[in-house]
Amino acid sequence: MAEKLLGSAIRRREDPALITGRAKYTDDLKLPNMAYVAILRSPYAHARITRLDTSKAKALDGVVAVFTAEDVAQSGIPGQVPVGWLLPDMKIPTRPLLAQDRVRYVGEAVAVVVAEDRYTAHDALELIEVEYEPLSAVANPAKAVEEGAPLVHDDAPNNIAFDWEIGDKEATDQAFANAAHTVSLNLVNNRLIPNAVEPRAALADYDPVSGRLTLWMTTQNPHIHRLLMSLASLGLPEHKIRVIAPEVGGGFGSKIHHYPDEAIVSWCAMQLGRPVKWQATRAETYLTDAHGRDHVTTAEMAVDENGKITGLRVHTYANMGAYYSTFAPAVPTYLYGTLLSGEYEIPNIYCRVVGVFTHTTPVDAYRGAGRPEATFVVERLVDLMARKLGMDPAEFRRKNFIPPDKFPYQTPVALQYDSGDYEKPLNKALELVGYEQLRREQEEARKEGRYIGIGLSTYIEACGLAPSSVVGSLGAQAGQWESAIVRVHPTGKVTVYSGSSGHGQGHKTTFAQIVADILGVPYDDIEIIQGDTDEVQYGWGTYGSRSAAVGGSAIAVSAQKVVEKGRKIAAHLLEAAEDDVAFEAGKYYVKGAPDKAVTIQDVALQAYLAHNLPPGIEPALEAAAFYDPSNFTFPFGTHVAVVEVNPESGEVNLLRYVAVDDCGHVINPLIVEGQVHGGIAQGVGQALYEHAVYDEEGNLITGTLMDYAVPKARFLPSFELDRTVTPCPHNPLGVKGIGEAGTIAASAAVVNAVVDALAPFGVEHIDMPVTPEKVWRAIQGAGN
Amino acid sequence: MHISLTVNGQPYTVDVEPRMLLVHVLRDVLDLTGTNVGCDTSQCGACTVIMDGRAVKSCTVLAVQADGSEILTIEGLAKDGELHPLQEAFWNNHGLQCGYCTPGMIMTAYYLLQTNPNPSEEEIRHGLEGNICRCTGYHNIVRAVQEAAQRM
Amino acid sequence: MYPPKFDYYRATSVDEALSLLQQHGDNAKLLAGGHSLIPLMKTRLAQPAVLIDIGRIDALKGIQVDGDTLRIGPLTTHADIAASEDVQGRAAALADAAGVVGDVQVRNRGTIGGNLAHADPASDLPAAVLALGGEIEVRGPNGSRTVAADDFFQGLFTTALGGDEIITAIRIPAGGGKRVSAYVKFPHPASGYAVVGVAAVLELDGQTITSARVAANGAFECAKRLTGAEQALAGATASDEAIAAAAQRAAEGFNADDFMSDIFASSEYRAHLLGVYTRRALQKALERA
Repeated sequence: MAEKLLGSAIRRREDPALITGRAKYTDDLKLPNMAYVAILRSPYAHARITRLDTSKAKALDGVVAVFTAEDVAQSGIPGQVPVGWLLPDMKIPTRPLLAQDRVRYVGEAVAVVVAEDRYTAHDALELIEVEYEPLSAVANPAKAVEEGAPLVHDDAPNNIAFDWEIGDKEATDQAFANAAHTVSLNLVNNRLIPNAVEPRAALADYDPVSGRLTLWMTTQNPHIHRLLMSLASLGLPEHKIRVIAPEVGGGFGSKIHHYPDEAIVSWCAMQLGRPVKWQATRAETYLTDAHGRDHVTTAEMAVDENGKITGLRVHTYANMGAYYSTFAPAVPTYLYGTLLSGEYEIPNIYCRVVGVFTHTTPVDAYRGAGRPEATFVVERLVDLMARKLGMDPAEFRRKNFIPPDKFPYQTPVALQYDSGDYEKPLNKALELVGYEQLRREQEEARKEGRYIGIGLSTYIEACGLAPSSVVGSLGAQAGQWESAIVRVHPTGKVTVYSGSSGHGQGHKTTFAQIVADILGVPYDDIEIIQGDTDEVQYGWGTYGSRSAAVGGSAIAVSAQKVVEKGRKIAAHLLEAAEDDVAFEAGKYYVKGAPDKAVTIQDVALQAYLAHNLPPGIEPALEAAAFYDPSNFTFPFGTHVAVVEVNPESGEVNLLRYVAVDDCGHVINPLIVEGQVHGGIAQGVGQALYEHAVYDEEGNLITGTLMDYAVPKARFLPSFELDRTVTPCPHNPLGVKGIGEAGTIAASAAVVNAVVDALAPFGVEHIDMPVTPEKVWRAIQGAGN
Repeated sequence: MHISLTVNGQPYTVDVEPRMLLVHVLRDVLDLTGTNVGCDTSQCGACTVIMDGRAVKSCTVLAVQADGSEILTIEGLAKDGELHPLQEAFWNNHGLQCGYCTPGMIMTAYYLLQTNPNPSEEEIRHGLEGNICRCTGYHNIVRAVQEAAQRM
Repeated sequence: MYPPKFDYYRATSVDEALSLLQQHGDNAKLLAGGHSLIPLMKTRLAQPAVLIDIGRIDALKGIQVDGDTLRIGPLTTHADIAASEDVQGRAAALADAAGVVGDVQVRNRGTIGGNLAHADPASDLPAAVLALGGEIEVRGPNGSRTVAADDFFQGLFTTALGGDEIITAIRIPAGGGKRVSAYVKFPHPASGYAVVGVAAVLELDGQTITSARVAANGAFECAKRLTGAEQALAGATASDEAIAAAAQRAAEGFNADDFMSDIFASSEYRAHLLGVYTRRALQKALERA
């Protein structure tokens, strides 16, 4: 009998190509007669274009073409970059492929060069003459809503994109009026830049005879890109576009979105009838990849005299940037406001979010997307309140957790948590970190003038997007189910076509593990196909920690359908009633007579030969599933950060990091742990290092890896991981998703640890990133 | 300008513009696309190759500077179909996810183990500070280098 | 990114390099390891019409002990300096500094000559060379001259090196009595450059510090001596108190606007760090005593 693969830490089948340099990313691809694209970008955050002259650039030897917005308009294509999530009463400005007469952020595309080689294309950029009339700009969302602030779009007064609320305001106000104690916090959730190490890239090839466009691009969701290219940007019929995701070097959200650039590249290929390729420079990724976070928030918590939380009130300005990126409106609303209950029983919650246009790069989903922001608000308030009440932060959490017997639990902010057992990971994490002992060490260290801090983050997330009808009712202009076809070939080998589109998550390994177990065929007999709109039926792609829970479930359902069809054929071959045929480890057998058996491989061959099929059964052995989950999934867990702060210099040293996560059943522990590690690193990055900073004029002053600190190996400790298993009750695999958990939990854990370390100085909060200077100033400011 | 390079044991003579970066000669001229470009400022290390025995960032070396050099890239690491212990260890320990930084990371680790065959965790973390990975949090990369050090 | 076009010359000797410099004047730049210049060219912040590659001039490479002097060829890489026992033994601060420039790959290509000539305010080597009382030997059309490190660093990316001159050696005095030194830095988390870096060199006679030279980079527009700290140390007994007193006076003589300031570290914070890192440099140096 085959060994069970679900739960096995097998090494990834993706890796041999990646560790030998044989894997092909977009920029590794070459086509005959291929030309190279470079894009001229606005150096101003806000300006009128008064003159644009491309003649010198066109005259440069090796330049194939130079195009501007006028050329795009003349070609008659729709030329738009749409928003894919609508909120009530939101202002929707149009976003062009190339700026027409006004630029609204540094980095907005103004013109495009096609040349015979990369170097010449970039030479030509310098020869394009643009005269700008600079206009005043605003980058900070709280300032952008002030009277008289420069307007990003003339038809969005006060730069307000939308004004959204959730929860019961009156009841929440009442809870605060009746509270025994309240705490409040003004915080900035720092703007981040995703920084996938592979910059975005596209290779477009248009065949004028067939009218077909083939587009290889760095995408997390090729079908969404095909859809938006067709509908809004290029106007080509959907069936005439093939989008392929070759190897993709990380995304973290940044490769979900539909940007002008890949559409421009495609359009150039259509204009020229020759393949063209573009790879962003890192400088371009800083200016054009959708940024993340960027909230200015006021948050308050109320408790009764027993220390039970009675209310949470949150007001947030969420920076949208100059235009909506694809799913931007959903991030600070439905992925944020709905998560403000955290792991706690909070009877009254009210949250208002004002989406704000600014003269900055559009902001959209970045790993965690809304949920790290929500967790940060809740977990900081919880720590603050615990301190105010003189309670241990672990104890205060315990007291307010939703107890296990209250699931399914309806929060006051729309979500219904299907399952949870929050004390388990908390207890496990505290044990792992040695909490009591650490508290004693902290006490001792303080006597020696050393400042150790212990920070907890007991988080929940909602992922595995989603029931399509629910997200549709909330404004999504997309479905959120996932598809799979499991095809057993005549020889019994299997090809699986998945709508998920991995870019580092190891789908080909985990999905094959799922199929191997259900079909009972050898793991190596299974091929996983994804990331190609011509090969894969349809798919909504990989983001929001949905690939195992939704994409994996689709595969499980279709594999199970294959088993059932095979059972009918097997029963016929075995001359038994279908109900009497059991299936186990790849074999159909008559119950009670295990010798009367056929293998699934035998059945597959017979299914294809179709010489002897039961009546009403079609030939071949395959099945499709379009799986739409009945709810989100709700992973949860406890993370603990231990830091030492040097009070003299303000340097923070992350000593230990413990994470106990509950993502339900684990398909491959190696991969699950890898996801947690990477997620933690990005959360620590936000907490201590990363910050996209704009100056008053709207210039990004952290526009390179020289200025914007992505964590390096020496910044981080080895992580200590464990897990609890509370299976998801509503999907066939019992899995929940783990791609974002680390990021969602970590920033709060680290900041709580730093603030805990500085408790003797009376420090209550430091905004992220908690840089040494901020720590030093906090200590100075606290008067010690 | 004509330059000669020996890449992964194979001699090449190529005609390049003096401004051409070594990484573009490897990728665009010699079609050795295993070496990646991740940034413009010599920070990310994705382009790391071994040049005359030393790890260098091939995005910050003009090809003309490399004239006459011996270059080892990720494609040259496996010998006779056998993965190098570092490659094997990265695979065993899930030391990569998207794989984009991996060729540079492995080449830097290769150099680290040449200069320090038995590094501590701290030495590994410092030795890899010129290579950025956004996926793994470095945890499994460190494990992989430790395993490779033991096997080599 | 992609460097702009330029004409490329490969010099095989210092004389040839000098005559190429003469010929092309201000349009020309010398290329050593290229780790300061090539990044600037890739972003097109530097667009020299002519590059003179001196990277293959063997006479400019290597480390020699010449009597009481450590003589370092300008093409010597940071990695070679950091690994050199001669440098570690005679000028530990320089080995320290060379060992923390950039990262491994950068240290394998970047050279001391290129680094000093570029004079980035946040670069590590200038403070070490300055504190060690180094001298820069340069050659130009009118022959050779020697510039004390004290006179070499003149401002932001500005040195005493003429446009028609080449650095031919860096000389570090390494004789005399007992001398200990160290360099420590606070690296910027993104670039790795020094937010503040301090090099300390102490001459010792038993427990007495007979003289001290302390210099910093990162804090100012170029590497500068910390004379207040030096005065506090001269004649003092090597002790925590002496170190504390020196750290206290690290910023003496500087005004608030002498300090660099950016979004990561304000001038006020840099001034504070200067004291912290002066103390750490002195402690590290004395641990070597």
